Amino acid sequence: MKKLVYLLIGNPKKMFTPFNIISGLIIVLGLGLIVVRLLKGLGTVTNLSQTTPWGLWIGFDVMSGVALAAGGYSIVATVHLFGLKKYEPLVRPAILTGFLGYIFVVVGLVLDLGQPWRMPLIMIFPRGVTSVLFEVGMCVAAYLTVQALEFVPAFWEWLGWEKLRQFWSKLAIWLAILGVVLSTLHQSSLGSLFLIAPTKLHPLWYSTYLPLYFFLSSTIAGLSMVIVESSLSHRLFAYRLSPSTHFDLDDLTLGLGKGAAALLYIYFFLKLIGLADGNNWGLLNTPYGFLYLTELIGFVALPCALYVFGVRTRNAKVVRITGLWTVFGILLNRFNVSMIAMNWRESPHYTPSWMEVTVSLALVTMGVWLFRWIVNRLPVMSEDKPAVGTNSLKDLWELEAEKA
Amino acid sequence: MTRSTDNEESAPSICRRSFLKLVGAGGAVALLGGNVAQATEIARAPRKEAAMGVLVDTTICIGCRSCEAACNEVNGLPKPDRPFDDDSVLDQPRDTSPTAFTVVNRYDISKDVQITRKQQCMHCVEPACSSACIIRAMEKQTNGAVTYRDDLCLGCRYCMLACPFNAPKFEYSKAAPLIKKCTFCFERQKEGKEPACVEACPVEALKFGKRSELLKEAKRRIHADPKVYVHDVYGEHEVGGTSWLYIAGVPFEKLGLTELSNKVYPELTSGAMSTVPAVMLMWPALLMGFHYFSHDKDEAHKERSQHDK
Repeated sequence: MKKLVYLLIGNPKKMFTPFNIISGLIIVLGLGLIVVRLLKGLGTVTNLSQTTPWGLWIGFDVMSGVALAAGGYSIVATVHLFGLKKYEPLVRPAILTGFLGYIFVVVGLVLDLGQPWRMPLIMIFPRGVTSVLFEVGMCVAAYLTVQALEFVPAFWEWLGWEKLRQFWSKLAIWLAILGVVLSTLHQSSLGSLFLIAPTKLHPLWYSTYLPLYFFLSSTIAGLSMVIVESSLSHRLFAYRLSPSTHFDLDDLTLGLGKGAAALLYIYFFLKLIGLADGNNWGLLNTPYGFLYLTELIGFVALPCALYVFGVRTRNAKVVRITGLWTVFGILLNRFNVSMIAMNWRESPHYTPSWMEVTVSLALVTMGVWLFRWIVNRLPVMSEDKPAVGTNSLKDLWELEAEKA
Repeated sequence: MTRSTDNEESAPSICRRSFLKLVGAGGAVALLGGNVAQATEIARAPRKEAAMGVLVDTTICIGCRSCEAACNEVNGLPKPDRPFDDDSVLDQPRDTSPTAFTVVNRYDISKDVQITRKQQCMHCVEPACSSACIIRAMEKQTNGAVTYRDDLCLGCRYCMLACPFNAPKFEYSKAAPLIKKCTFCFERQKEGKEPACVEACPVEALKFGKRSELLKEAKRRIHADPKVYVHDVYGEHEVGGTSWLYIAGVPFEKLGLTELSNKVYPELTSGAMSTVPAVMLMWPALLMGFHYFSHDKDEAHKERSQHDK
């Protein structure tokens, strides 16, 4: 029994760290609110209304969640399709982050749906073939499966099933292609969703280029998230790296920064073309115009320049900070399109309730806990035996048995 | 590409869309998208002939709210806090809700001129809600009604976002919520009856009939009294046309009928949707190409370094 406890959560006496206590409280509160939402309906917990049907759980959990989970397919494509093998050490943590990110998206979506238990119906009766949302739903479901299949080799290694592991490596390239195709489709479609609301979305954000913007910015979000996530995980989980693995994270960070800079550069000019296409220059000198310029100058042009500066001076720290800045920029863009510039004529305008914020925070926190739990057990940071602990179930069992 | 709701704006907008599609995903996609749109157009043609509608003449409406009372009764909705004959209700602007599928609002145009207007689902000729619905719970019927399958709906509320009139309403306070909106009395129509609100109207401000004939009637009234009416029928072209049509003595915007483009709403997303097959076909081939090129480079590099040894 004691052995099992150690196996599942480690030493129970070491559990009560400040981080665990605070995040644990958020999770408990969030779960409580989820119960209220399921029993009493969306109206008791959210600030949604008849004119604002989509709020934080779509704008943050789904829109931003999907964009920020793009690190998985971005890095998989870099390594497996574009053949840049030096980024290999970043693949597994990125896939795990992406996979957990998508699980978070689905949970968020389930909470937001009126009758989530009917979700299987869209597969049993695939009627909504003209619906952008149908396409998003199908792609997210398929991509979730692809991500599970992409991560499962770590699990086979953990169990010590060598033959299955070897068979799986043959699938990698096909999973990579499927991942990119499905991501291209649903990342862009999240933008297409808003094409049907030309009167509701502010003209500065409404554009026929929305699908292109959403896809391109998802690759930017993906690379930036890998920069941020790898720098965090290699610091926090350094003990999970094998003493024999040696790679220069700074060098990889600079390489990713270079890619992100190029993509931001293209994205910036595409946004300008969209602005000219809509002939919306006059709207720039309005409150919404200032918000738009903040996004375009402060969170697209500026990080582009900072990435270039960081790469040219080979300063990985600047690239990391820019990565975080860019992530916030993507968040701002998704918030603008789905919430702030949405229903811009409505007054009072929607703002999320503290309960919506808490539930979203709780879901993110659960994702962090799950990430930590998996990284501390499975071969995620490196495939060989790590400096601390073990990567295999068999070793773990014996190790924990000794301690217990 | 022609359609019966054709108007002057549609030709340039199609050119533009095709161009954007071209930019987005290449010429093949534009052709494919065009064909799909054309095919659905043909399939929809006969439906438009049989489509019914209601003509609302706001110059006749007296704001008695008999339509609201009839709607409430026919749909078995809960009785409101204040009775239907309480005129003070009109002092506040109201919106339709899950328990009121139609409401009458009063618009104070000037000190002496007050106009009342009934609002409800417009039952678009090509409904945005139906094209947006993830499971097509919103269905366009041949008689013009946009009906709702409450046994399929997931409650995603994309129909609410898509609808330019904010007609679908959601039961936020229920654990198993549904969308609620005017049904155009679809069941009554099947029995050969008029919609309850039309039947209840004491002054014939509402006229039920074939949409094509109501359009003629609307124009006849405008021609007969050109000084009374604004020379336009709201709903003839808006968002590709609506089953419910309005004529008025003041600009429609003053009656809460916002100016909308004549763009057929489902076509706003059909262009983007038509790139799906192209992405699915072209991306894997391109990516495989990338893979082989990079693979070759890798191998060549290895071979060269072996050779150097």
